[in-house]
Amino acid sequence: MKKESMNLSYEDAWKGFKGNAWKNEINVSDFIDNNYKEYRGDDSFLTSSSKKTEKVWSRCKKLLAVERKKGIVSVDVDRISGINNFPNGYIDRKNEVIFGLQADGPLKRIINPYGGIRMAKSALSAYNLKMNPKNQEIFDKMIRKTHNDGVFDAYTPQIRGARRAGLITGLPDAYGRGRIIGDYRRVALYGIDKLIEEKKRDLNADDMLNIDSEEKIRLREEVSEQIRALQQIKLLASSYGFDISRPATNAKEAFQWLYFAYLAAVKENNGAAMSLGRVSTFLDIYIERDIASGLLSEPLAQELVDQFVIKLRLVRHLRTPEYDEIFGGDPTWVTESIGGMLDEKKSLVTKNSFRFLNTLINLDPSPEPNLTVLWSTKLPSSFKKYCAKISILTDSIQYESDDVMSPIYGHDYAIACCVSAMKVGKQMQFFGARCNLAKSLLYSINEGRDEKSGDLVIESIDKMDDEILNYNKVKKAYFATLDKIAKIYVDAVNIIHYMHDKYAYEAGQMALHDTHIERLMSFGVAGLSVACDSLSAIKYAKVKPIRDENGIAKDFEINGDFPKYGNDDDRVDKIAVEIVKYFISALKKYKLYREATHTLSALTITSNVMYGKKTGATPDGRKGGEAFAPGANPMHGRDCSGALASLNSVAKIPYCDCCQDGISNTFSIIPNALGHDMISRVKNLVGILDGYFVQGAQHINVNVLDREKLIDAMNHPDKYPTLTIRVSGYAVNFNKLSRAHQEEVIARTFHNRIGC
Amino acid sequence: MVIFMDEIKGKIRSFESMGLVDGPGIRFVVFMQGCELRCLYCHNPDTWNKDFFSEEISPENLVKKINRFKPYFGTEGGVTFSGGEPLLQPKFLLECLKLCRKAGINTVLDTAGVGFGDYEQILENTDLVILDIKATDEKEYKALTGSTMARFNKFLADCQRLEKKLWLRHVIVPGLNDSESDILKLKEYIKNIKNVEKVELLPYKTFGVHKYSDLNIKYPLEGVSDMDEEKCKKLEKLLAK
Repeated sequence: MKKESMNLSYEDAWKGFKGNAWKNEINVSDFIDNNYKEYRGDDSFLTSSSKKTEKVWSRCKKLLAVERKKGIVSVDVDRISGINNFPNGYIDRKNEVIFGLQADGPLKRIINPYGGIRMAKSALSAYNLKMNPKNQEIFDKMIRKTHNDGVFDAYTPQIRGARRAGLITGLPDAYGRGRIIGDYRRVALYGIDKLIEEKKRDLNADDMLNIDSEEKIRLREEVSEQIRALQQIKLLASSYGFDISRPATNAKEAFQWLYFAYLAAVKENNGAAMSLGRVSTFLDIYIERDIASGLLSEPLAQELVDQFVIKLRLVRHLRTPEYDEIFGGDPTWVTESIGGMLDEKKSLVTKNSFRFLNTLINLDPSPEPNLTVLWSTKLPSSFKKYCAKISILTDSIQYESDDVMSPIYGHDYAIACCVSAMKVGKQMQFFGARCNLAKSLLYSINEGRDEKSGDLVIESIDKMDDEILNYNKVKKAYFATLDKIAKIYVDAVNIIHYMHDKYAYEAGQMALHDTHIERLMSFGVAGLSVACDSLSAIKYAKVKPIRDENGIAKDFEINGDFPKYGNDDDRVDKIAVEIVKYFISALKKYKLYREATHTLSALTITSNVMYGKKTGATPDGRKGGEAFAPGANPMHGRDCSGALASLNSVAKIPYCDCCQDGISNTFSIIPNALGHDMISRVKNLVGILDGYFVQGAQHINVNVLDREKLIDAMNHPDKYPTLTIRVSGYAVNFNKLSRAHQEEVIARTFHNRIGC
Repeated sequence: MVIFMDEIKGKIRSFESMGLVDGPGIRFVVFMQGCELRCLYCHNPDTWNKDFFSEEISPENLVKKINRFKPYFGTEGGVTFSGGEPLLQPKFLLECLKLCRKAGINTVLDTAGVGFGDYEQILENTDLVILDIKATDEKEYKALTGSTMARFNKFLADCQRLEKKLWLRHVIVPGLNDSESDILKLKEYIKNIKNVEKVELLPYKTFGVHKYSDLNIKYPLEGVSDMDEEKCKKLEKLLAK
């Protein structure tokens, strides 16, 4: 496009918008700061869904019911993933307001072979399907190598051993790593052409022309791929009849432009978490401008939000049964971060923050998009109350502390997946799954041998033959074991991301980042509460290992009582803190690929069930095979001093510089324990959230429901088609969980004190 | 003889860090051991015997523990001393109340008013009393609790004299005190009490029954089912009329 007409299109698109910095550089955050209108009122302005939305949604609901029965609706077996590889798809064309689907029909899944061809084939065969033989040949004959092929070419025997034993699992070595958030807002604000122009300028900058390292070569190749991806996004939009080379000129276009950018990401990638970022307040600026000029009314604004959210709810990926075992309920983690503070006084809450949450009422509760409220004690109280009300009604919101995260990430960060914060468009994450802390402890007692298989997994761990376990000795051995595991773990994650960049690079998403970005490498732990309770048992009670003929501790005899994590008891809570601090310091000893920064999370998603299954009996009295508690939660039923004591224990796990990739806590309370009526329930929930976060806690999932309701739903799923619950950093449709996952959720502590 | 404060220890049954229905706001609840009433519907028979406590704690340590939950209290919440009967440990209770006041923690006393000690000092250091009205006349009171009303009357009189803010509670049991005439009688009785901010009717629940079998005590209300919550709400409306 000629320069003059470009300038004209900016003048038109940016009419009435204030500020300058964002006009001269790609800087969405500056645009928001200069133009958004904080909303401090209540929810009385909200409207219900429009006729058009109702029609579109009712068609979706029918398809969703089919999907619940069959597992999937259909798969496009002829094509493979790519930004612009699929024909257009519609739900109900004349009633849709926002357009575009992953494939040519709603809920139709696409094949993404770049993570690993075996995974793609096994996902298809689970539904008795086969991919187009021509496409398959390309990958079978390694005409095009996959990420998975690359990783296994480089894996060491130690990594393979740790992986096989279930010591380090869930690694993204056969599927897309995800947890990358494109700054999808850029497409709406600047249009594609401007973004291409900027990328070209980066590519030709002096520094980028001085080829003095491998990194430079790689980056030049990547930026070129990014430019091609941007062109593809433009073509994708034009196939639906939209010209996104220029910026959006009104709210409807802003939603549509942004959605095309996101849609490109989920057509190109099947990352575990394909999060949206932080778009609601950005989009509110366009809505406010249109309402002021009479172009838009409140019902039409809600219609845009509802229809956009419907599209997000339809995102699907083709997964294998093994994948479902780790991440139950078919999640996609279209995480949208809402709220937070601009500075000490002004919040980033707008009417659109309310409208997004209102979709849970207009379109029924739903796990996706994963609505995440960035909580600050300083948020407007009307917004806090509204969030609490929606939580109580729908169990579909999670909360994360803006007060803890904004000092580290600034005020324009978003959550990827469940709890992983990153600056939008400026940071990305190398996702590193998690290490089994409970199994690691057993290795330190069993000379590095696996308690289930007997295989030697970690070499040169001293033999421990005390009849009664000695705390200091076990702790020393445990930390020595963690040191060795850290090395294997870092090696594995470095290899994975080297290969992912090489064979499954997310060009479309990375095109919506700055060219020079910061990279975070997120490690994780599972079984934290089992590990610290086990050490507490060894310290405060008498623990005798019962060894088999090969000397492996198969069970433990515990005499006496011991403090348990989850009761605000420092004697044991300090042990939990010591473990995570030690583990991150052990990881930090090793250099990371592309100079990434080490981070750590205490988050299991639903893999706590699988981890438990693969781990033998532990010194805390947990039986072999029994599920771990999720994330940083205390073990089921052991937090017996009430809910707040449980929250206080979790709040002690340090975020800054330690578990800086998130500390997940899932909290379930029965409605009557929260208060006798809605007004007191709302007030109490706000008080609980304020009290929890003011102590430096980072995350909480809130469920307000009766255990009996879940048991009934497990036995009569048809009665509860939309029953949504928060599990660990995300929400799921309860009916989509496996029986094992359902039973674990029901076994969790439900805080149920009712005053009498 | 000099009595050091740290020699007073409280006998505690259990703690609940999140009481949301034990007075205003979010409250830490201290369940104290020992009660001399034997109410037919009691769901905490494990708190009766004063020697069955599970923890002994000094006032200082208790208030330290409560303080951990201050971030949740906001402007309304605080601590509730419940039981058992907190007035059976008046020295300990008074010391705790004084320390709470010093620490800026709001205090609620959840009691049946059947204890001993210097109520005047205790009440002066208490922000709100939740008083359980077991029955409105001597005969019914005796039949329900096994005791006379004398000690209750004394405590109520002290509350009235000291102009203490009161929430009243009354448990409704099917077939025992759930008729409209029962409620009207209660209404008459309450009319003569000053400074009442709130009256709550609590529907009888059977969830304490298992504790009786654990303790090998015969459950006195065998066969009585849960009070219907809707009916209880209706009675509450009648009471408020």
